[in-house]
Amino acid sequence: MQKLLNRIAVSVRKSPVIWAIGVLLLAWLAGRARQNPVLFAQFLVDGIRLGFVYALVALGYTMVYGIVRLINFAHGDVFMIGAFAAFFATTRYHWSFVPAMVLAMVVCAFLSVVIERIAYKPLRDAPRISALITAVGMSFFLEYFTALNFVFTPNFIVFAPQPLQFKSWNVLGVTVSNIMFVIIAVGTICLVALYYLVYRTKLGKAMRAVAWDKPTARLMGIDVDLVITFTFALGAALAGVGGMLYVVAYPQIRTFLGVMPGLKSFIAAVFGGIGSIPGAFIGALTIGMVETLAAGYLSSTLRDTIVFSILIIVLLLRPTGLFGEAAKEKA
Amino acid sequence: MTAMLEVKNLHVFYGAIHALQGVDFELNEGEIVTLIGANGAGKSTTLKTISGLLRPRQGSIAFRGVDLTRVSATRIVSLGISQVPEGRKIFAPLTVRENLELGAYTRKDAREIQESMERVFASFPRLKERINQPGGTLSGGEQQMLAMGRGLMSKPQLLLLDEPSMGLSPLLVEEIFRIIVDINAHGTSILLVEQNAAMALSIANRAYVLETGTVALHGPAAELLEKPQVKTAYLGR
Ligand SMILES: Nc1ncnc2c1ncn2[C@@H]1O[C@H](COP(=O)(O)OP(=O)(O)O)[C@@H](O)[C@H]1O
Ligand SMILES: [Mg+2]
Repeated sequence: MQKLLNRIAVSVRKSPVIWAIGVLLLAWLAGRARQNPVLFAQFLVDGIRLGFVYALVALGYTMVYGIVRLINFAHGDVFMIGAFAAFFATTRYHWSFVPAMVLAMVVCAFLSVVIERIAYKPLRDAPRISALITAVGMSFFLEYFTALNFVFTPNFIVFAPQPLQFKSWNVLGVTVSNIMFVIIAVGTICLVALYYLVYRTKLGKAMRAVAWDKPTARLMGIDVDLVITFTFALGAALAGVGGMLYVVAYPQIRTFLGVMPGLKSFIAAVFGGIGSIPGAFIGALTIGMVETLAAGYLSSTLRDTIVFSILIIVLLLRPTGLFGEAAKEKA
Repeated sequence: MTAMLEVKNLHVFYGAIHALQGVDFELNEGEIVTLIGANGAGKSTTLKTISGLLRPRQGSIAFRGVDLTRVSATRIVSLGISQVPEGRKIFAPLTVRENLELGAYTRKDAREIQESMERVFASFPRLKERINQPGGTLSGGEQQMLAMGRGLMSKPQLLLLDEPSMGLSPLLVEEIFRIIVDINAHGTSILLVEQNAAMALSIANRAYVLETGTVALHGPAAELLEKPQVKTAYLGR
């Protein structure tokens, strides 16, 4: 706590203008909240719903970065494939919610492992920029290949019938829906399971060891390539869940639907401190809420500009994000 | 009887750099063998090749009849070879306990692993006091102990130690070497790489002097201690 206060004090001295703007913004938000608390609560609730979806995607960015120092720009498109997998399973083959979600997870995990093996693994010892450019290329490939007419088509497809019948209730003026509960519940289960896996199991220990120091991890007898592959699969499976939940909440799908959520989840991961699992979660909830508040109080056209400015501000103020470790010393 | 570890004509490259240029040596069951030599002679490269982190372009490494140049690093650990790398290489964000558990990564039986951990704590009581602390918060000496404890957790038959005395105070160096002798007395063979040649020769049975990727001299440690070349080049006398 003391450390945190000190850190904030240092940061305030370094960039007083940005902090002043931040405080003014918070004061302004508080004012709006007092004017109409119900509306404010509605925005927060919607923001949390969106934030949970972003969290599921941000975790994949952060875990993959943690283990191979790669920003996997194709991750947002894996999320899109998850959405399509869920769509086909439920609308064409009439699978129910849970099996469709499992299918989305499996498809995404498999796709991501293939991408890692053919596009990233051969570049693991190359300069980092090579793999980054490859990731951007892979992202475009997935977007434009799937947009071809004989794949998914470039058009919007309405996701109907839905695997969940939409129901909503009014709680003290705030509208909540069953879909929102499902998103929060599924998101929470995934987060808790992930936390358990990473911090309480042998495989999780191996993941953290590989993230820290690959040669030494090999000296322990850890199969480093296998752990890396598993990390990609795990991140992608979470993105698959996220993709399905996203299109259940916003039931219009097309092959570019992963771009914006992908970028915003990436910003969430950077904001929380890329490489940090709790950081990705906190960052995603924050970005989700900022987005709905900006859309609600300012304008939906400004929404994305505001979210992207956060990236710039974080990179200026604190490149390691909220929970990021300072660059570690490594051989 | 054939040697436990037999390294023959080992050639290792880093790209175009010819780091090992035909290294030959052997280690018998129960021995402490030391590899000494100046910075850059190829000592660490030798150990990394034995552990399977590097692959030789030519030559063989036989461990109890198995050619290690053909098996994975994971398998090498299961075969009974463990390395304590140069610079300790602790997993800094992981706790002392987790670091030790990773040392036992290839083992299954939880009870036996727990027994090994107790044995490590008997040799390094200070680690037990710090069991839930992140490895990175330990002092240099404690990190060396943790690295050695971690290396012992796989229950190795052969322990490779890369410059365990590096950066430690003379008192700590004494302690570490006492523990090395003790580990050896309990039946683990040891291949010790050192720049501190005087200390290494004082506990080793036999020694090899490495110079720019080849073995320049070898013999019983006590004999090498007396050789004029060794005295001037490595003992600073
Ligand atoms: N990763 C590397 N890339 C290129 N050359 C290396 C690398 N590691 C070691 N070398 C070179 O190989 C030779 C042997 O190094 P090393 O085995 O680390 O020596 P020692 O452990 O005896 O000090 C040195 O000339 C060193 O510069
Ligand atoms: Mg060395």
